[in-house]
Amino acid sequence: MENWLPEAASSYAADLDGLLIFISAIVGVWFILAEAVLIGFAVAFRRKPGQKAAYLPGRSLRAMSWVLVPCVVVLGFDLVIDGVAAPIWDKVKIEIPESDEIVRITAVQWAWKFTLPGPDGELGSDDDVDVMSELHVPVGKVVEFELTANDVIHSLFVPQLRLKQDAIPGRVIKGWFEATKTGTFEIVCAEICGLGHTIMKGKMVIESEEAYSDWVKSKMPEAAASIPAEERNEG
Amino acid sequence: MSTAAIAHPKSFWREYVFSTDHKTIAKQYLSTGIFMALVGGLLAYVMRMQLAYPGQAIPGYGTIDPQSYNAVVTMHGTIMIFWVAMPILLAAFGNFLIPLMIGAADMAFPRLNMLSYWIFFLSTVVLLASFFVPGGAAAGGWTSYPPLSGSAAYSGGQWGVTLWLLAVAMEFAAFLMGGINFITTAINNRAPGMKLFDMPLMVWMQLGASIIFLFSVGPLIAGAVMLILDRVAATGFYNPATGGDPILFQHLFWFFGHPEVYVILLPGFGAVAEVLPVFSRKPFFGYRMMVYATIITGVLSFIVWAHHQFIAGIDPRLATAFSITTILISVPIAVMTFAFIATLYKGSIELKTPMLFALGTLVVFLLGGVTGIHLGTAATDIYLHDTYFVVAHFHYTLIPPVFFGFFAAWYYWFPKMFGRMLNEGLGKAHFWLTFIFMHVTFIPMFLLGFGGHHRRISNPQFFEAMQGPEAERLQIIATAGAIGILLSQIPFVVNSVLSLLRGAKAPANPWQANTLEWTVPSPPPHGNFETVPQVYRGPYEYSVPDRVDDWFPQDAKV
Ligand code: HEM
Ligand SMILES: [Cu+2]
Repeated sequence: MENWLPEAASSYAADLDGLLIFISAIVGVWFILAEAVLIGFAVAFRRKPGQKAAYLPGRSLRAMSWVLVPCVVVLGFDLVIDGVAAPIWDKVKIEIPESDEIVRITAVQWAWKFTLPGPDGELGSDDDVDVMSELHVPVGKVVEFELTANDVIHSLFVPQLRLKQDAIPGRVIKGWFEATKTGTFEIVCAEICGLGHTIMKGKMVIESEEAYSDWVKSKMPEAAASIPAEERNEG
Repeated sequence: MSTAAIAHPKSFWREYVFSTDHKTIAKQYLSTGIFMALVGGLLAYVMRMQLAYPGQAIPGYGTIDPQSYNAVVTMHGTIMIFWVAMPILLAAFGNFLIPLMIGAADMAFPRLNMLSYWIFFLSTVVLLASFFVPGGAAAGGWTSYPPLSGSAAYSGGQWGVTLWLLAVAMEFAAFLMGGINFITTAINNRAPGMKLFDMPLMVWMQLGASIIFLFSVGPLIAGAVMLILDRVAATGFYNPATGGDPILFQHLFWFFGHPEVYVILLPGFGAVAEVLPVFSRKPFFGYRMMVYATIITGVLSFIVWAHHQFIAGIDPRLATAFSITTILISVPIAVMTFAFIATLYKGSIELKTPMLFALGTLVVFLLGGVTGIHLGTAATDIYLHDTYFVVAHFHYTLIPPVFFGFFAAWYYWFPKMFGRMLNEGLGKAHFWLTFIFMHVTFIPMFLLGFGGHHRRISNPQFFEAMQGPEAERLQIIATAGAIGILLSQIPFVVNSVLSLLRGAKAPANPWQANTLEWTVPSPPPHGNFETVPQVYRGPYEYSVPDRVDDWFPQDAKV
């Protein structure tokens, strides 16, 4: 199964892939067992001349336990899966770690817009810088994002990061990721969003810190980059 | 023919068109449903061709632009769920079987029944008409989430979505009438002696499905009305700019949408539950347990809806709770599945076509069921949500009841419906071909989903994750499989048409089955039963010890 998944490039990818394999193993065994018994019975109990079927209505609790006991075991496995999965979900979606970088991601029909906090490091101030379609992030750093949409619902999906989150107009949803490998990955939109859904994509470039800060500088307006934040706010 | 019928000959219109006979209405639903399955199937062909050979002209259709692709996906899903699964499994078989199985002359409200079909028919016309309006049919997915579906500015045409909403609302009104009829009939019109726990499981499943539908559909209708108002009166229920919230629609939709899966699944399982005992000559294993599992499934189906929205912006702290309820619902479903399997144990199994399709339902469904665990677990859903893994999963859960369950029912009850026997050889060929191509089509989609292939895109090759020879090969295999599935229906059509014209005349009870529909002639006359039957026992008394016959009809006096 790992072969089928795209390369993993985020700090939580291993947890998610491991969980996927763990679940597949458990349900795989159940699946094979159930199919084997089902098909086995269908073959083994084919009609034979002169032989009557057994009268087994399964009315007593004892008889029903043939069905109910395996179901209790299924329930047990279910709860184990939930137990293993819950902390992973919490780690990915609830407990946002202390972040090194912050970016606002806005989905629009049909492109991704990224807002960098600008020299003051704060989103929502007027030195924010918008860049379209291509986002650079430093490797090994926690990036926090604020995700929203302008028009319809979109969904931020970076397969290699195992990152997906719907972008909802009117809401700002916070999330995070930490890339563990350098490289260039596609950002796609996983929620149907109209005519251009099929061509909506962006690029995420994961690079060393130096390359990243060069990129950030190149995006800052000439003047702004050299003036301290306090002065600019007055102007 | 009774003298009364001769004395009052019915006009053609009253007999075949505006009939109040539940059997005629069933056939009307059935033929409309089969026609729509053809439409839905051809749309699937168009999608599959485009996905395997993006941009190339599709034989019989031509090239397809992204907007039309979105419309095709939307209409395929909509048609398959609302205009195929519901009319065939619920309306057609429920209508045909409920009165016959409980020993009633007709539905409780025959005129309401007729009205239900004709409203459904109108809804079908409206839906099909929406293909031809300026801007084309609805293109926001069968889930029609606003804001995309909320205004023409976002989704293209003005008329497509509005007609879509109108058609869906009309259809729901039709099925509500049908559901009320089903419930009333099953509760009130049972033959003397038939207790609730003597009803065949098919009747239970139809009853369960109708009740689930009745309770879940209200919020969706409310949601649809608000959406229509947003579109035509600019109300803004789902528009954040005016204080609305798009997520509200998702809650309303899935509060209905998830129970809907069981509305489809239960009647399919009902057909399997009738066929398995007859062709293994065994009582249904754990009949009451099955009934309780149905009820528990119904109840649980109302508290799982948010698993469709794990990453849709709901509070992430809710996810684990919905994961748990979702995974819990696998328990009553497991009870049903294991009870089916236990029914085979020590049986005397004959693999006639209905039995093959019934077993096929289970074999295929198991894969749909277990992959539901991947998606019901919130953490793994992060990656898999809205990918082809989901597409493969829900086809593996829906095709068992909608295709295999329907065909099990078709081959089993065809003699009763039409008074002719079907050809076994063609039936078996139909089964094996459909069964094999099913996997050829959808296994590759699981793998594409793992690879990160997201849904509802018309050109996968635009994305890196889906480029390369391996992904292309999978696309082509899936497309070949889909064409295979469609061609595999030729033996079914040929068999049905030839058998209708000159199949062997069917006896009243060709399968030596116990339930009441087999005590009347094939096809049953108007009014069904000459005298009201008296019921003495449950429906599955097969191979009762110390009896010569291995069946024991429900109405047979000892
Ligand atoms: C010949 C058999 C079928 C084939 C080859 C097929 C193929 C497909 C494909 C490729 C998609 C996804 C398209 C996309 O996301 O771009 C799809 C979507 C869908 N299919 Fe099927 N399908 C078949 C039968 C059915 C049946 C029997 C049902 C239900 C009873 C069904 C229900 C759906 C639904 C609900 C969707 C989702 C539509 C949406 O995304 O809005 N399909 N099908
Ligand atoms: Cu989008």
